[in-house]
Amino acid sequence: MKLKSLLAGLLAGALLAGSAVAADVSLLNVSYDPTREFYKEFDDAFAKHWKAKAGDTAIIRQSHGGSGKQARAVIEGLQADVVTLALAYDIDAIADAGLIPSEWQKRLPHNSSPYTSTIVFLVRKGNPKGIRDWNDLVKSGVSIVTPNPKTSGGARWNYLAAWAYALEQPGGNEGKAKEFVGQLYRNVKVLDSGARGSTTTFVERGIGDVLLAWENEAYLSLKEAGADKLEIVTPSLSILAEPPVTIIDRVVDKRGTRKVGQAYLEYLYSPEGQELAARHFYRPTDAQVAAKYSKQFVKTRLITVEKVFGGWRNAQKVHFSDGGIFDQIFVPGGKR
Amino acid sequence: MSTSIALHAGSLERAETASTREPAWAKVVLISVALSFFAVFLLLPLGTVFAEALRKGWGAYLEALVNRDAWDAIRLTLITAAIAVPLNLVFGVAAAWSIAKFEFRGKRLLITFIDLPFSVSPVISGLIYVLLFGAQGWFGPWLQEHDIQIIFAVPGIVLATIFVTFPFVARELIPLMEAQGSEEEEAAVVLGASGWQVFWHITLPNIKWGLLYGVILCNARAMGEFGAVSVVSGHIRGQTNTMPLYVEILYNEYNYAAAFAVASLLALLAIVTLALKTLVERQTRRQLQEIAATSESET
Repeated sequence: MKLKSLLAGLLAGALLAGSAVAADVSLLNVSYDPTREFYKEFDDAFAKHWKAKAGDTAIIRQSHGGSGKQARAVIEGLQADVVTLALAYDIDAIADAGLIPSEWQKRLPHNSSPYTSTIVFLVRKGNPKGIRDWNDLVKSGVSIVTPNPKTSGGARWNYLAAWAYALEQPGGNEGKAKEFVGQLYRNVKVLDSGARGSTTTFVERGIGDVLLAWENEAYLSLKEAGADKLEIVTPSLSILAEPPVTIIDRVVDKRGTRKVGQAYLEYLYSPEGQELAARHFYRPTDAQVAAKYSKQFVKTRLITVEKVFGGWRNAQKVHFSDGGIFDQIFVPGGKR
Repeated sequence: MSTSIALHAGSLERAETASTREPAWAKVVLISVALSFFAVFLLLPLGTVFAEALRKGWGAYLEALVNRDAWDAIRLTLITAAIAVPLNLVFGVAAAWSIAKFEFRGKRLLITFIDLPFSVSPVISGLIYVLLFGAQGWFGPWLQEHDIQIIFAVPGIVLATIFVTFPFVARELIPLMEAQGSEEEEAAVVLGASGWQVFWHITLPNIKWGLLYGVILCNARAMGEFGAVSVVSGHIRGQTNTMPLYVEILYNEYNYAAAFAVASLLALLAIVTLALKTLVERQTRRQLQEIAATSESET
């Protein structure tokens, strides 16, 4: 029958075209949403570096999604050799599942965060709603786009930055901060599961007045959509976001990829890796590279999770666990 | 057998007389409502897919499709369908056969359960496999001990696809086989045919168009499934991305033209499915009419 032979032909053709290429070593990097473009370039650079250094051909595969969701997948058995996630708590969760030692964060410099970032506002060109700082976000008539803190790492940084801002205001306390952040989330129009989903909602679909975004994601949007459409607003206070990296011991020991996995992460700290990170608008930790790109990053006061929230485990428990403060203040649909 | 055909023919006649009895304005309103819905909700989005895909010209379109990751996605989609569809074909025939030809305890229950994948959200369809085969799931520790990867690998994607496409063939065959009854098979057995002979020479020819129809629908869904597959995929580029997942990734990476190029392949698949479906439907009807004609001349 004609249809059958057609299908068979298609299938055979596809199988031939995609037949496996011999590879010396493969790595799976499970990462969060906005790092797609950075790791695409970094993986190529590392493959060249590894070829020159060890003589092996390294094939690096990527998986991207909301940071919390990705950690969940690794816990459920996604065979990640390395994870490069948005915040330490998501990797703590992997440690709690027994896949890596609990002191994983001490294994690499700078709390295992080769680059840092912060949270900024992305607004429409000309800033029609006059958004300058966090307190402009809670005004009525402002519609906000941010991902869901339950699944997205960037969203948790957004939330904590807003909370820290409210605490710093005259007479600020936990109760007022809760009221402030609750008001902010009542202005949220679309709650996507990952940072990239939020960006496309804001930039491509044109929904919302302001996107709470990773600094790197905001600059990338500016580059992709054109500086004639969007503007970046840096608030008076933001948060030092440290997206950490680690190898997954359980996986690399099983697959025999510890050496190359380790080298991959260390390459992130090398001048080449730092340079690439800076070019993708991540703040480099290497002092020399940071100095070179200092003009690219605006200076604003950055608080840390350790100082204001007593570390990620605590912040997670108080704010984002089931029944935590986020669950109390966020009512879907933005109504009370 | 003849009762079903009479019913079929009766419903056709009724449809014709009912529509002609309506006043003219009602006809115009109804047709324009149907057509405008069709244009807004189906034609417009479909057109958008192709328009967006070709926004950067044919060169970019083809480039998006010959890309290595795109090929890997297409290949995985074909492999998944190549495993899921035959399995569901075997299951569908077996289920329809046992339901239509035998009486047994739990028959009603089986019919209800066949429909389960239709009523369950695809996300749940994916999650049940994570709960079964994930590292923290029921069989997780055993699977890890034996170094078997199901979730976040091709087997998980195939399983989830089988689950969501499970009812298509069976649903298509059960009414057909029930209507046909088992007189012909019984006659064949009386004349000394073996079980296989009955199946090949009597049952299969009787159900072939219905079967093909079910397979086409099953295949379309197998290739297009997003939700369930997304949950079990792990989204590893070049490894566990089917075409629908790859479309999402491209879209998220600002590759709009490429995303719509791959989406246009899926849309083409839908159109081909539709064409085949119409063809098969026509064949089925012709077959039924032939049977009706012969049974009438006999009586």
